[in-house]
Amino acid sequence: MTVEANTSAIAIVSERSSVIRPIFEWLARRAEPVVISFGAILIGLALFSLFILVIGKSPATLFQLMYTGGFGSWFSIQNSLSRAAPLLLTALCVALPARLGLVIIGGEGAVVLGGVAAAAAAAPFVGTLPALLLLALMAVVAMIIGGIWIGFAGFLRHYRGVNETISSLLLAYIAIALMNQLVEGPLRDPASLNKPSTAPLPAQDMLGKIPGMDVHWGLAIGVVACIVSWVLIEITSYGFAARIAGGNVRAAQIQGLPVGRLIVGFTAIAGSFAGLAGMIEVAAVQGSANASLAAGYGYTGILVAFLARHNPLAIIPVAILLGGIDASGGLIQRRMGLPDATVLVLQGTLFVVILFCETFYGRFKIFNPDLWKRRS
Amino acid sequence: MMEASGIGIWGVPLAILAGAIRVSTPFIFVSLGETITERSGRINLGLEGTLVFGAMTAYAIAVLSGSPWLGVLAAMGTGAIFGLLHGWICKWPKVNDIAIGIAMMQFGLGLAFFLGKPFIQPAAPHLPSIPLGAWSNLPQVQAALNINVLFILGGLLAVFLWWAFKNTRIGLVLRVVGDSTDAAKAMGINPDRVRLLATGVGGSLAAVGGAYLSLFYPGSWNEGISSGQGLMAVALVIFARWNPIGCFLAALLFGGAGALGPALQSVGVTTGYYLFYAAPYVLTLVILIATSSPTRSLAGAPGALSLTK
Repeated sequence: MTVEANTSAIAIVSERSSVIRPIFEWLARRAEPVVISFGAILIGLALFSLFILVIGKSPATLFQLMYTGGFGSWFSIQNSLSRAAPLLLTALCVALPARLGLVIIGGEGAVVLGGVAAAAAAAPFVGTLPALLLLALMAVVAMIIGGIWIGFAGFLRHYRGVNETISSLLLAYIAIALMNQLVEGPLRDPASLNKPSTAPLPAQDMLGKIPGMDVHWGLAIGVVACIVSWVLIEITSYGFAARIAGGNVRAAQIQGLPVGRLIVGFTAIAGSFAGLAGMIEVAAVQGSANASLAAGYGYTGILVAFLARHNPLAIIPVAILLGGIDASGGLIQRRMGLPDATVLVLQGTLFVVILFCETFYGRFKIFNPDLWKRRS
Repeated sequence: MMEASGIGIWGVPLAILAGAIRVSTPFIFVSLGETITERSGRINLGLEGTLVFGAMTAYAIAVLSGSPWLGVLAAMGTGAIFGLLHGWICKWPKVNDIAIGIAMMQFGLGLAFFLGKPFIQPAAPHLPSIPLGAWSNLPQVQAALNINVLFILGGLLAVFLWWAFKNTRIGLVLRVVGDSTDAAKAMGINPDRVRLLATGVGGSLAAVGGAYLSLFYPGSWNEGISSGQGLMAVALVIFARWNPIGCFLAALLFGGAGALGPALQSVGVTTGYYLFYAAPYVLTLVILIATSSPTRSLAGAPGALSLTK
């Protein structure tokens, strides 16, 4: 072949690939998290099936019941959605700081304190303020308290060098003790005998249901919070700055980004979402603040955030999926005689396998266009 | 009121001492296990799951075999498996050891509740205790000094580990790996293998802490057996500055703080009952804040530990 023919052949190929290749490159980069996540879920389900087989039950029946219990009917879908509502917000409490490279595991503390603060703030105004204003007041107070609580962990991280994982965990324990003290002491409603609680909200002041559904407004609030967080992280310049700081703190500082303010700001926003989850639990489910607030939403939120790879939009389907798994626990217990902890085993298995599969990122050539062979 | 009436106000410190010894034993084992793991440069946040699974295993085996010590051994075995699994997963690149710890905690708790369901009802034989208070004719003193065997073993283990870290080849290898992965590689040590084994040993010790809960105090198996002792271990080890003897003392302090509320309640002081539970956590946080700095890592911390970076 002559030199001219050769170069013209390259020109033709590159002309064609200049249209198609970027599409494939874009697809390949986008496909990596999807393929690896689904692969991980499949491996997790396979391991769990093996476990169920070993104890002598049928995995097929189990998964079928799980589907029926979680998403098989309008009733069970609504049940799953109700369970997903608090997880949306507590997952954001993990996902937002994670984009800055922080691992916050103490969302539970912001949930319980947010709930107590909301109940305490509502008490003097019950009967005098209209319901909507009262709920708004509760939400704002809960968000401020939750924001301060987790923002403090961010503050300690940046200005004192205290590990945020440990400090947020300690703060969660302190928050639960504070809640117990307040609910048993100064805030206790004398009428609550067996289960110390704050004074219950009157029914007309409770956060109602979404029209046409048996699901409270907390679900809609959670979804909106996820969308707002996605815009904050992916579209705004604050989010961009936060992602840079999460990738390389030194580089962010050299660029003159206000890393300290970003860390405190994002942890405070994260905490305010968890606080809001506590307020919703009080205003839509419990009616008062009591020990039921520490139901582990903060900890399940960690799982949701990691499964969603800290993408606020991905949190929505993951939270609904986990809500569904959770909702099916009762049915599995009744029909198959398996303990209600079955769903915990499944969640734990999925969590471990999915985190393990992080190691596969960047290992497959097919997802990395830079390593593709160039045709010439 | 009744308990302290015989010896008056002295009942309070005595109750705190007895409570400290009773409550601290699981803390001692979990924190010693975590110290070994963290000294190798890795953190296992999943010890809560290991501890609860250990509690379940120990109780189940003790019920089935009639021997509590066999239960403790079995718990150590399962704890080692959990630790080795954690260690093996964490050796892969891009895997976050803190997140895996939380996942393993969830997995361990779920599996323990699942498999432990049939053992909530039957009663298991308890671990023995040594009546060191037999010289006294006061029943309160006798009860307070009825020291369980695992507490004594835990104390001995703390002293042994303190000595072994400084004076044995294994201790040196562990510290080298924990302080610098590169230095360890240069010496021809395989850091992954050392960390794997350290996490395994740490897991088996955490499971002993769980066995104490189900086989001595409170001495039964149920899903609420642990009140976060496994999670607290991480804070306790920082508090103790990765020093085994420090762990022993810190565990006693944490146990004492936990026993303060109930002891004061027994003499009629009930204000701030729940706040006393928070005392160890507040104390740890204050110490962390006071000793940390954004420009250097914690004094005494293993250099390769992700926690202090």
